[in-house]
Amino acid sequence: MLKFLKKKAESPAAAVRGVETGILVFENTSEVIRAENTLKAGGWSIRVKGPPPEIRTGCDLVIEFPLIEELAVLRELEKVGLQPLQTVPVTSPLLQPVDLFHVKDFGRFLMVRAANMKLTLDKQTSLLVNVSGGGCPDIPYLAQEMVGRKLDDAPQPREIGHTLCGYALQLAYEEIKRRCSPS
Amino acid sequence: MLAVVGTIPNPDFPLATGEVTLKGEHIYVEGHPAPVNRGTPALMAAAIKCLEVLGQPMPYGYLAGDIGLGDGSRRLYDHLVRHLPQSEFSTLTFHYLQPDVDWHNKVLFAMGQMRRRPILIADAGFMYAAKMSGLAADYDLFTPDAGELAFLADEEAPHPFYTRGFILHEDHNIPELIRRAYEHRNAARRLLVKGRIDYIARTEGVVATIDSPSEEAMEPIGGTGDTLTGILSALVCSGFDVDRAALLAARTNRIAGRLVSPTPMTQVAEIIARIPEALGQALEKS
Repeated sequence: MLKFLKKKAESPAAAVRGVETGILVFENTSEVIRAENTLKAGGWSIRVKGPPPEIRTGCDLVIEFPLIEELAVLRELEKVGLQPLQTVPVTSPLLQPVDLFHVKDFGRFLMVRAANMKLTLDKQTSLLVNVSGGGCPDIPYLAQEMVGRKLDDAPQPREIGHTLCGYALQLAYEEIKRRCSPS
Repeated sequence: MLAVVGTIPNPDFPLATGEVTLKGEHIYVEGHPAPVNRGTPALMAAAIKCLEVLGQPMPYGYLAGDIGLGDGSRRLYDHLVRHLPQSEFSTLTFHYLQPDVDWHNKVLFAMGQMRRRPILIADAGFMYAAKMSGLAADYDLFTPDAGELAFLADEEAPHPFYTRGFILHEDHNIPELIRRAYEHRNAARRLLVKGRIDYIARTEGVVATIDSPSEEAMEPIGGTGDTLTGILSALVCSGFDVDRAALLAARTNRIAGRLVSPTPMTQVAEIIARIPEALGQALEKS
């Protein structure tokens, strides 16, 4: 019944810019990433943001969504076994994730930095050769799993990462992929 | 004695505490091995290399496996809250831990109950939590890189992921970011900012810079910040005053990098192996 509300084709980003938005709060960042994947795949116009100060713990993400679609969104999440801890109407501006990239070309190697995370690729071999920066505990783990693997074969941070640093590394990964994919 | 608190990127690594040793490219605590190629094991290996040169006891480790779910970090936090008040260390370094302000505050309170206050060094996730708690000034040293410094300078960001663009744009202007971090009381008493040029700073501003030897390829190599914090921790606990330790640590890390003729694909274990030689050279020049 609410299908007509959900598709982003008619007014893509505008849907979450008004005052009628809410946030979905989850137990941890891994659940946020799963929910983001699920909702984006379902066509919802949602955004990942920082939580308001009163519910921050230190390493948090929330999903901003059009509040009027709450029931349908919750139903979609329930299908994949996800249940937000709470749904909160947005009453003040939310923090925006970083969207700036610094790119350094070393000739054979390309390094992309997103926020505090750096990912470096060997352009000749397509091997990921280093992960640098970050402070959350999944970063050494992600480095262990990604370094030495080809860009297309390496696990993506969003698949095995769990924190905001992992999310930032995903952004660096996507940027490196965008720059190195044949156009 | 130096104690280091951090995580191991292995979900099966248990909570382990005790003297940490280094054999080849693995550290060991309570008999559990961890490769030194990244994260807290890289920090500990670098510290051990320096402590061996300086004839100091091996460091104490508080370690637990954590791949980002925060379970190992919470076990560590809980252990520290219960055991730190009865412990005695000259230097305590916090590293890769899930940032959690509530747990940070409990740990800081527990440190306040120690008989003698150790010199407190924070890097990585615990530094993020220390900044977010508003209690950064309780620490003696933070060791951010340029991106993390921008986060410290942004009084509204709870994590580097949310650093506002107009501040991130300033990350080539390190002295301005340092000024801003201190203005909002989001920096430790000293900062050692890692980068193309390393900066040592305190409330009054920059007190020293180190820019040689310079290897551009050091920036992408994962773990070079960890080794710097490890060298620094070892020097501080060996009795060097904090400013001199920071200067020597920055030089040692740079020399160790130069000794391996690094490329962006160099792995930090190669650099760790050259730390004793590098420290010797840095001490000679000082």
